[in-house]
Amino acid sequence: MILVSLFDILGPVMVGPSSSHTAGACRLGLVARAILGGMPERALIRLHGSFAATGDGHGTKRAIVGGLIGLPPDDLRLREAFHEAEDAGMEWSFENVDLGDDAHPNSVVFELTREGETVHITGASIGGGRIEVTELNGFPVSLGGDYHTLVVLARDEPGTIMTITSRFAAENINLATMRVDRTGRHKDALMTIEADAPIPDTLLEDLREFSWLRWARRVEQVAGG
Amino acid sequence: MHRSIEELLAAAAESGCSLPEVVLAKEASETGRDPADIRARIQRNLRVMRAAITEGLKGEVHSASGLTGGRAKRLIDNGPRLLGERVTITLARAISTLEVNAAMGLIVAAPTAGAAGVLPAILISTGEFLDLDEDTIIDAMLVAGGVGAVIAQRASISGAEGGCQAETGTAAAMGAAAVTWINGGTNEQVATSIALSLQGMLGLICDPIGGLVEVPCIYRNASAAMQAIAAAEMALAGCDFPVSADEVIDVMGEVGRRMPVAYRETAMGGLAATPSARKLVQIQPSRQPTGASR
Repeated sequence: MILVSLFDILGPVMVGPSSSHTAGACRLGLVARAILGGMPERALIRLHGSFAATGDGHGTKRAIVGGLIGLPPDDLRLREAFHEAEDAGMEWSFENVDLGDDAHPNSVVFELTREGETVHITGASIGGGRIEVTELNGFPVSLGGDYHTLVVLARDEPGTIMTITSRFAAENINLATMRVDRTGRHKDALMTIEADAPIPDTLLEDLREFSWLRWARRVEQVAGG
Repeated sequence: MHRSIEELLAAAAESGCSLPEVVLAKEASETGRDPADIRARIQRNLRVMRAAITEGLKGEVHSASGLTGGRAKRLIDNGPRLLGERVTITLARAISTLEVNAAMGLIVAAPTAGAAGVLPAILISTGEFLDLDEDTIIDAMLVAGGVGAVIAQRASISGAEGGCQAETGTAAAMGAAAVTWINGGTNEQVATSIALSLQGMLGLICDPIGGLVEVPCIYRNASAAMQAIAAAEMALAGCDFPVSADEVIDVMGEVGRRMPVAYRETAMGGLAATPSARKLVQIQPSRQPTGASR
């Protein structure tokens, strides 16, 4: 059973016409952009199921592109998101994809490129504007955008988790959830840490000092209406 | 948020607090937000709801497809023929919000955009009929939100998962509970109104023409608003229902899970698959949506 807050139900305030196909799609774009660390230079966006079947009429494509350039779900510029994205200098293309029956009907797969880095992100819009990012560069994750989130890719070495969590403790930030997955022993581990308070720049900068850190990104809260 | 109506009522009974107080306290404790901020945010959302209704009733919003726009105004302009003025205005308000939504205007998803017309139509109309102050309407929104949260957690609020019953059905249950509470119904009557409204929405499929949140959505919002008010009337009169609210919610969830994919927002079945609908969606969107509210 999922946990919902009051403003998942009495919200979001959003540009129509569909909470799952428009607001949720926009949030998926926003989270993907945050994981990438900024607006993609190029975006290949694959739509599955209902997203693919009815996305045109629901403004799903405009909402996703809008999210990728940083427009929130209640920004009326979403209607003109393609023009806005052209002006911002983003290149994008859409394809349909069949992820199989087990995939959520409103799923999207991103392949985003920025400053020579490409990330692969899979997510779904799960109803009422709520989202879940389920895969990041092949690692299973579970990100709803409900919290202030830190995503860290690190070499799988002893002590990394303690170092990271102690940085949170030093900033007096409470952690809500934490998930660690690794590709194999002494290879890479992906950590997602959801916190109750915004993650300060200093914490990110501190982590970048460590040789085991490959990559760290901050994903701001995008949920709530 | 609470995970069953039973739990919600038990929390009220144990604490001696009203339903809005119970929902507010739960949200505050789970999110760490200040209760005053939560109420202020609800009030902001109410302003968006009112603005959308006003905008849509002008009759000037049109969706890109041309399928909707101006129907709410037709109802108002035509006036009541069969029932009272209160019915006509409530129906028109439900349609109005959905017309603004279809034109990519600003709305409050409650619980979703496709069902965004129901709660504002009921609450704003009831507030006007009974001359209620803003705090009471915010209280009623809290009751509605608490009910919607239970349904989201036990069943579904997504048309793609559970059909239209999950969207407008949930909105009807939220609205019924809110109106029953506003009218001084007991907590048990509030629960009965949830069961009564939702049982009348069971099985409703999601079959939007062209896959667009337009037709039949605008009319289903209007009929869900009526379903909600009818359920509140019956519950307040002491009409009972032998199946508990939580059980009806669970049935809705079960029906949704067993619903063929053609009836879950894919536009592959139902009204969307009729010859008339197929002919309509050949019309290419010709213009940007216009005139939606800020």
